Amino acid sequence: MSDSQTLLSIANLRKQFRITADSWCGGGGQVVSAINDVSLEIRKGESFCLVGESGCGKSTLARTVMGLETPTSGTIAYGGTRIDDMNDGARLPYRRRMQMIFQNPYASLNPRMTISQTLEEPLRFHQPGLSDSQVRDKVVTVMESVGNNTSWLSRFPHEFSGGQRQRISIARALMVDPEFVVADEPISALDVSIQAQVLNVMMDARNERDLTYLFITHDLSVVEHFGTRVAVMYLGVVCELADTRTLFAGPRHPYTQLLLSAIPKMDGSEMTHDRMQGEVPSAMQLPSGCVFHGRCPHAKAVCKTDIPALRDVAGRQVACHFAEETG
Amino acid sequence: MALLEVRNLHVEFPLGRKTLQAIHGLSFALDKGERLGIVGESGAGKSVAAFSILKLIAKPGRIAAGEVIFDGRDLAKISDEEMRQIRGNRISMIFQDPMMTLNPVLTVGTQMVECLKAHRDISDAEAKRLAIAKLREVKIPSAEERFENYPHQLSGGMRQRVVIAIALLTDPAVIIADEPTTALDVTIQAEIMGLMLDLCRDHAVALMLITHDLAVVSQVTQKICVLYAGRLAEQGPTRSIITQPKHPYTQGLIKALPQQNEPGARLFQIPGTMPTLDDVPAGCAFHPRCAFADELCRREVPEPRPIGDHRVACHHAEKVASA
Repeated sequence: MSDSQTLLSIANLRKQFRITADSWCGGGGQVVSAINDVSLEIRKGESFCLVGESGCGKSTLARTVMGLETPTSGTIAYGGTRIDDMNDGARLPYRRRMQMIFQNPYASLNPRMTISQTLEEPLRFHQPGLSDSQVRDKVVTVMESVGNNTSWLSRFPHEFSGGQRQRISIARALMVDPEFVVADEPISALDVSIQAQVLNVMMDARNERDLTYLFITHDLSVVEHFGTRVAVMYLGVVCELADTRTLFAGPRHPYTQLLLSAIPKMDGSEMTHDRMQGEVPSAMQLPSGCVFHGRCPHAKAVCKTDIPALRDVAGRQVACHFAEETG
Repeated sequence: MALLEVRNLHVEFPLGRKTLQAIHGLSFALDKGERLGIVGESGAGKSVAAFSILKLIAKPGRIAAGEVIFDGRDLAKISDEEMRQIRGNRISMIFQDPMMTLNPVLTVGTQMVECLKAHRDISDAEAKRLAIAKLREVKIPSAEERFENYPHQLSGGMRQRVVIAIALLTDPAVIIADEPTTALDVTIQAEIMGLMLDLCRDHAVALMLITHDLAVVSQVTQKICVLYAGRLAEQGPTRSIITQPKHPYTQGLIKALPQQNEPGARLFQIPGTMPTLDDVPAGCAFHPRCAFADELCRREVPEPRPIGDHRVACHHAEKVASA
């Protein structure tokens, strides 16, 4: 499966969260199944997008990849080496190579550290041999490379707007020259005119530094613009995985079709509704068979009993028993 | 005559020695059954405009000048008692976060009956019958059971449906919806917006939709006001605002959307950020971010003026429109 171009490969990943304790007489507590048997590969140089609605497990997947959560089962390999079971010391070099940008720039910058302290910290930690002047030079270089004014360095986070803070977060992630950046909804907290600025900074960084992105979003118009490949998640499973163009040209999974039809359009058409039946089921009691069958207009008896595997159909991977018929 | 007409509205917040101008000379009109979108970024004054129509601005904020004419009366001048007869009755409001709007310790039913009985002289049984009928109208399944539920027992989409049902209970003439779907997922957003569109049409209710999402506004409304730093930038019919914007800010907002750009290419971007209200630049508030700005823009505030069927607050609107 994995060739030299594969940077990150996730195999049969599951993540469950226990939300109530086991009872003392041995009964099991309640469990949320956030990720259910997800396998995917991210190639070097890709901007891989993960889309889905709230609660589908996209952020949990990102956090598990980064080692912020430990998988319940399954493996994660980076550059061919399994990283999910490493101890902290062995994992350290990978923490430098993999960096993360978070959704809320108001919460992800330490309010009591100046911007230059925030940016210096990862560098001093990962490269303790650098002299003070080398660190300072690097901070200035990175700030300028993302178009930030270096006069910001002596200031504190509260002095900046959301868009400026997010550009500082990007600079922080780039400080240690990572190869792989996970961005969890990096622009959804920002205003429209600022979203374009931040997306441009991220695209410039990709071109200049040869970055690979795992980009998590619920905004499909951003995916179409930014992504090279895209995985659509629903209730902890990947339901469709394809090249961005292939997916937008003709989605095959009924959930992807629904999601694309729900994007508000600016072509003069009017909003319509009632395309969908019901709501997203709880991740505590997953439906049997295909997790989407309760809302699917094409659902038949087999969908209630058998879990559809992700399989190759029409130039992409789809997890639907009737993917041949939904095109 | 228009159903609701806002004329030259000024809203200000005294702040120590300074006074912040949250709304500066805003005018628009809403006819019966008409749908208007108020668009702008955070801090542009969209919500303040809505709150001031309903006289809900927090003290020390106040309407400094201007009129809000509804049904022939100026809401800016009437007493609090008279305003209570209108608010939640003739003009309803839907807020962004349904969990903040609904009282968590009262059932859906209690809240609906309370609202009805505050404005109508009816029996409990009649109020319950009307409330359940409204829940059905907003397509809530098993409405009788939901009537007995507490808000936490409902999903986000269902809660927002309840809020819409409450807004419609008293058959209002105007609904003001402040970012009603921002907290919801895309598929739920499409359902809720579609539902609101149908309901407004069926009942001939006028809608004032406040949002930052141009795509949503383009699908739901008939006309748009674009606000920037508390002032009107541009207003006009929805289709022509989207396809032929004449203010550089409106143009920039539309051009910056990913769906308006070639996939993978650098996005068009408006440089800089919107000024905060205590730091609005002299002249045109948009001039530091504008590619068309010149000496005149730095010196003089542009007043909105008619250009075609738009009203545009830009000294160079003709040049911008043909650019």
